[in-house]
Amino acid sequence: MIVKIVSKKFDIPNAHTLDVAKQNGAYSALDSALSKTPEEIIEIITESGLRGKGGGGAPAGKKWSLMPKKSDRPHYLIVNGDESEPGTYKDRQILQYDPHLLIEGMIISAYAMNANEAYIYVRGEYKFFIDRFQSAVDEAYEANILGENSTLSHKLNITIHRGAGAYICGEKTALIESLEGKRGHPRLKPKKPEPEYFFGNPATVNNVETIATVPFIVENGADAYRQYGTEKSPGTMLFALSGQINNPGVYEMAYGASLVEFINEIGGGVKNGKKLKAVIPGGASTPVLKADEDLACVMLDYESMRSAGSSLGTGGAIIMDEDTDMVEALKNLLEFYHHESCGQCTPCREGSGWVDNIVGAILDGVAQEKDLDTLLDVAKTMNGKTICVFAPAVSGVIEGFLKNFREEFENYISEGRFVKSPVEAIAEASCQTSLE
Amino acid sequence: MSIFTFTPQNEEKFLNLLKKYPHPQSLMLPSLWLAQSQDGYISSEAMEYIATKIEVAPIEVYRVATFYTMFHLEEIAPYHIEVCKTLSCKLCGQDEILKYIEEQTTNSNKFKISKVECMGACGGAPMMTLNGVYHENLTTSKVDEILGGIQ
Repeated sequence: MIVKIVSKKFDIPNAHTLDVAKQNGAYSALDSALSKTPEEIIEIITESGLRGKGGGGAPAGKKWSLMPKKSDRPHYLIVNGDESEPGTYKDRQILQYDPHLLIEGMIISAYAMNANEAYIYVRGEYKFFIDRFQSAVDEAYEANILGENSTLSHKLNITIHRGAGAYICGEKTALIESLEGKRGHPRLKPKKPEPEYFFGNPATVNNVETIATVPFIVENGADAYRQYGTEKSPGTMLFALSGQINNPGVYEMAYGASLVEFINEIGGGVKNGKKLKAVIPGGASTPVLKADEDLACVMLDYESMRSAGSSLGTGGAIIMDEDTDMVEALKNLLEFYHHESCGQCTPCREGSGWVDNIVGAILDGVAQEKDLDTLLDVAKTMNGKTICVFAPAVSGVIEGFLKNFREEFENYISEGRFVKSPVEAIAEASCQTSLE
Repeated sequence: MSIFTFTPQNEEKFLNLLKKYPHPQSLMLPSLWLAQSQDGYISSEAMEYIATKIEVAPIEVYRVATFYTMFHLEEIAPYHIEVCKTLSCKLCGQDEILKYIEEQTTNSNKFKISKVECMGACGGAPMMTLNGVYHENLTTSKVDEILGGIQ
């Protein structure tokens, strides 16, 4: 199940240093990449079907093609390393184990978009990973790979910008606001697709992993990438496991792998031999999936996740065992959203507090039956009425928990405490609707 | 009240960064980080100083400094422990670890303990940081080891 494209050098000792990275093929894609025209590179990326790995899954080639071909303003590449979606810890692996792959990807991507300045915004807590990446960048400057004295035909400067603890800065327009020295408040979105603007200059924001995938595609061609994954979700992704699982970790796999197989075979199954109760498949903001027969048919690609009623998100799955108190789990997530709402839009700022309080009342045993309807009503009010997708995500999280575990919430209200509900073990072979 | 200025080293860092952005306002977060690294927290004098340097009103610096949770506007204890409380850590026994850390550090004013949201170390749950350094896969004996050097 494991395919190593981005994670190829993760296991090589000291691959974060320039010498070892070079011995193992780093910067080998540059010569052929820079001999192509920027349009040709965008074409290859578009053909490869590369999708953004930060959670949205938007086609990267299309995003790049929005950048103006010629303009008298400077262009910017902005790499999103904010990585703050709970359950997600993949980009830090790239920063730690193969920073030169990211630098190589940034040079090629910046060339394709005619940018000579690139910023990478990394969450403030990742001090170690920032220092690690900075030393790789310093090495690349010394070796004349980056900077004014670069021997390459395309000159690029890379600046690392340290965040300071705000989940919302992972939203690309909030990230740019933060990069401009402001509060991380997401911007209104234009009706027509446009590039982003950094101080009024065209800019593109891509996730760390997306950019780290670029060298492979440009070096080996779109078809080489497309041989992995599915028609609509081509290629690979760094999937992560956390929570009650035997082998938590980050694993690169082709899209379309079975979620249950991922949990059982690569993850080694649920901790302490317990049964699986629920999975949050792609970071906290994706609706929870119940471990039932249908789960056996869920595949790790955007389309399958969507039809299962959730989303692939960042690919960071949180595993919950049979003893998990789902009311407590939801309360935990709602505290997160309550704390992290940026406060710009009223439905989100107020709503995230209300839903947190309502579920808190259920947990404390002081809620009434009608509170569940109030909870869903507030969730509905939060959806589609705000500037960014934070509030709709909270709404989806609540609806996911209530759709799958409503009985548990009702029991909590009538009994005033957690009543464990029986969980069936799911057989891997039980997927009856597999594609013939 | 003393007047805040960057140390010569930080001033040099500031001037280097100034070349890397199209507008000095981008140096908001980097300057706040420099100020915090200097004093351990960000004083109102530091905010006024930064405002002048990056050509914004002092209130803008205050607006930003109060938005981001990693900036301290007051002096804090020399050892800052942050314990992640979000779901993956919660599922892996964060409650017990937090309780243990609190027990071990009562009667000491050397520590500040914060419960924080996801730190991006979900595979190493439960986790904490001590003055920014990550410690993952915590057990009570590992906590003893980490705190042992201090007490």
